[in-house]
Amino acid sequence: MYAFDIKRPRSVEEAVAALADGEAQALGGGQTLIPTLRQRLADPGTLVSLSGIAELKYVRMEGDVLRIGGGTTHAQVAREAAAHYPALASLAGRIGDPAVRNRGTIGGSLANNDPSACYPAGALGSNATVVTGAREIAADDFFQGLFETALDEGEIVTEVRFPVPEAARYEKFIQPASRFALVAVFVARFAGGVRVAVTGASESGVFRWAEAEAALAADFTPEVVRGLTVQAEGMIGDLHGSAEYRAHLVGVITRRAVEGALA
Amino acid sequence: MQTTLKINGESWTLDVDPRTSLLDALRHHLDLTGTKKGCDHGQCGACTIILNGRRINSCLTLAVMHDGDEITTIEGLGEPGRLNPMQEAFVRHDGYQCGYCTPGQIMSATGMLDEVSQGWPSHVSASLEGDVPLSREEVAERMSGNLCRCSAYPGIVRAIRETAGEVSE
Repeated sequence: MYAFDIKRPRSVEEAVAALADGEAQALGGGQTLIPTLRQRLADPGTLVSLSGIAELKYVRMEGDVLRIGGGTTHAQVAREAAAHYPALASLAGRIGDPAVRNRGTIGGSLANNDPSACYPAGALGSNATVVTGAREIAADDFFQGLFETALDEGEIVTEVRFPVPEAARYEKFIQPASRFALVAVFVARFAGGVRVAVTGASESGVFRWAEAEAALAADFTPEVVRGLTVQAEGMIGDLHGSAEYRAHLVGVITRRAVEGALA
Repeated sequence: MQTTLKINGESWTLDVDPRTSLLDALRHHLDLTGTKKGCDHGQCGACTIILNGRRINSCLTLAVMHDGDEITTIEGLGEPGRLNPMQEAFVRHDGYQCGYCTPGQIMSATGMLDEVSQGWPSHVSASLEGDVPLSREEVAERMSGNLCRCSAYPGIVRAIRETAGEVSE
């Protein structure tokens, strides 16, 4: 690792002040950033550790919206969201492994926007709103490509708001060694339409599959997905699977997600 | 940077470079070498410790992030001559071959049984509510973060299930 200073704020206000220095970077649970630092792929002058901020850790329903604090661990979401939004709790309960879920946070995962991460699919598929100290950002505007988001320098995710759909399911086809998504799909049916968010597949990160959404809005059954195809161009191809294989999986996993949502 | 850690019930004040992982602080600064470094990036689980009651990978966190936190390492569970029940069960069931992953396996299993006692379901649990029977499948899912390259898994699973009171062998 390159050398850095570290600050340990106890409130969002202190964290925002610490991040005002342009060289500073927020550190959530560290499950991605610490390995990244160790490989010398990042060189922040100052890290601002958010894990000591108690006010960022909560899961609660308000009306028909599930609100999750940006510093809430995957384990806490898996446990506390289960009664309100089972599909999202199930997504959180399958990220990484139990030790990772005890440290990794929803805010950190969304801010990182790894193209194979689970939470971007859950947020985009749910039409969630990402809240920062300064503003509210719709999921459709938040994810802007590989590891890119709408967040400005020093802006931190304080809350994520999930409208709870009528039916939903996160279907994840894992790479068995890492348990990362080779392709995973979050399907959510709302009164006003269906959303299908795909992670793990595209070189541009999480995306909505508009064609499937339209077909499923007309008829929410696995069969309507069967005739649809996704172009292999722009899909990730690596030693775990070719671009053509991933494109094929998008259809298969979407179908299974719809089956799961209906079960 | 000064950081106070409460480790196995004892308070330690360290002055470490902010880059020091909690794992390196334990091993190199405190000479608590029971916690092992395997992959050093959160995939193998050999460095598992318990932080404020929850199992985590000590390689994926910095010591300075834990000022005031309570940490339990394998030395805090028991040592030769006074092993705790989980450690004894690993010996009895031969839950290892080379032994390198064993401290992490035992710490993870300890944290896992606490999660089960609090009713946390897993991805393979049939129900989100109520008691979780610790089937072999449940143990495998809940211990998925701890790799054993010698593949001593059958003994590991038996040791954990026996400690949990699921089987008596």
